[in-house]
Amino acid sequence: VGLRAEEEVASMAFTLYSLIQTAILCTNAVAVLHEERFLSKIGWGVDQGVGGFGDDPGVKAQILNLIRSVRTVMRVPLIIVNSASIVLLLLFG
Amino acid sequence: MDYTATQSGFRQQPNMRLRNTSVDGPEGSQLFEDTSGPAAGSQTGYSNQPAGPQAAGFPAQSILSDPMSNLAMAYGSSLASQGREMVDKNLDRFIPISKLKYYFAVDTLYVGKKLGLLVFPYMHENWEVCYQQDTPVAPRFDVNAPDLYIPAMGFITYVLVAGLALGTQNKFSPELLGVQASSALVWLIMEVLAVLLSLYLVTVNTDLTTIDLLAFSGYKYVGMIIGVVAGLLFGRLAYYLSLLWCCVAIFVFMIRTLRLKLLSEAAAEGRLVRGTRNQLRMYLTMSIAAAQPIFMYWLTYHLIR
Repeated sequence: VGLRAEEEVASMAFTLYSLIQTAILCTNAVAVLHEERFLSKIGWGVDQGVGGFGDDPGVKAQILNLIRSVRTVMRVPLIIVNSASIVLLLLFG
Repeated sequence: MDYTATQSGFRQQPNMRLRNTSVDGPEGSQLFEDTSGPAAGSQTGYSNQPAGPQAAGFPAQSILSDPMSNLAMAYGSSLASQGREMVDKNLDRFIPISKLKYYFAVDTLYVGKKLGLLVFPYMHENWEVCYQQDTPVAPRFDVNAPDLYIPAMGFITYVLVAGLALGTQNKFSPELLGVQASSALVWLIMEVLAVLLSLYLVTVNTDLTTIDLLAFSGYKYVGMIIGVVAGLLFGRLAYYLSLLWCCVAIFVFMIRTLRLKLLSEAAAEGRLVRGTRNQLRMYLTMSIAAAQPIFMYWLTYHLIR
């Protein structure tokens, strides 16, 4: 009752742009994880994931696989997308 | 001269009608899918038409007696058809149109049965999808097959009903419709991505495609619409009761549908199967099904005050 209509709906309102922002930030967060300094220290290194062969890799192996592939594949596109969003933010606020 | 003109005009008319039934008169400007032959073009005295679809079919008294505009119109329509071909070819690379067509092959009977199933899934016995030589049968013939018609219509109806509900609270403005639509769409996309991610992590070998997941996530709009309409008509108590009923119904519906797709055969029949993997799959099914009522409440509670 106290909020205006736009504020009320905007409290849970997402635009498609915020979805893109969320995706960029999450991918950035995964890509920043360093292999030597961090992942090996907590037991999530590349060599520590592949334990079970056969048809049951397990959740931990899948997560490690995912992190490694995101870091490998998305590095260059992330550079491009981040630069583009920085430029857009500078221009349009 | 007049008589000959009208005589040939009458002779041309049936041809025109046979090939181009959408033209309502000889003066209509037709830019797309002009299949009338080079019949009346000769009447305007313009005999060397370009090879593309021609702006023909006009009687001699047409306003396009100017040969230049005739040529321009013919060129424009050939450009339009070329552009349309290019768009069709490239669009099919990104969005599989033929696969999408499968999900819209519904008829009234299917829609009625499916809506009844979404609201009252307790009496239905056989939840398996029928197959026909390795491909799923079209939704028209199998009430268990997922479709995209109900989710699409449900989404649009939800946005309209939300606008109506906001209007009864004197909070409506046209921008809010867009805000509602985009936020509901974002929640849908996030839910589908979350389900895809969790399916990847648990390494479930299933034949659920992304579009199937989109369809299943879109079925909750039916319950939301019923809840909001009941709340608008009969007050908050009716909203809560109908939403509760629809939440439970969607929960049961999702569990019974996903059970056959995600769990192994033994577990799907109800026998207790040990093992962490089956447990994980069970948890996954339960959480997907439990996320539906949460979303249903989250997306509608601000509409009924």
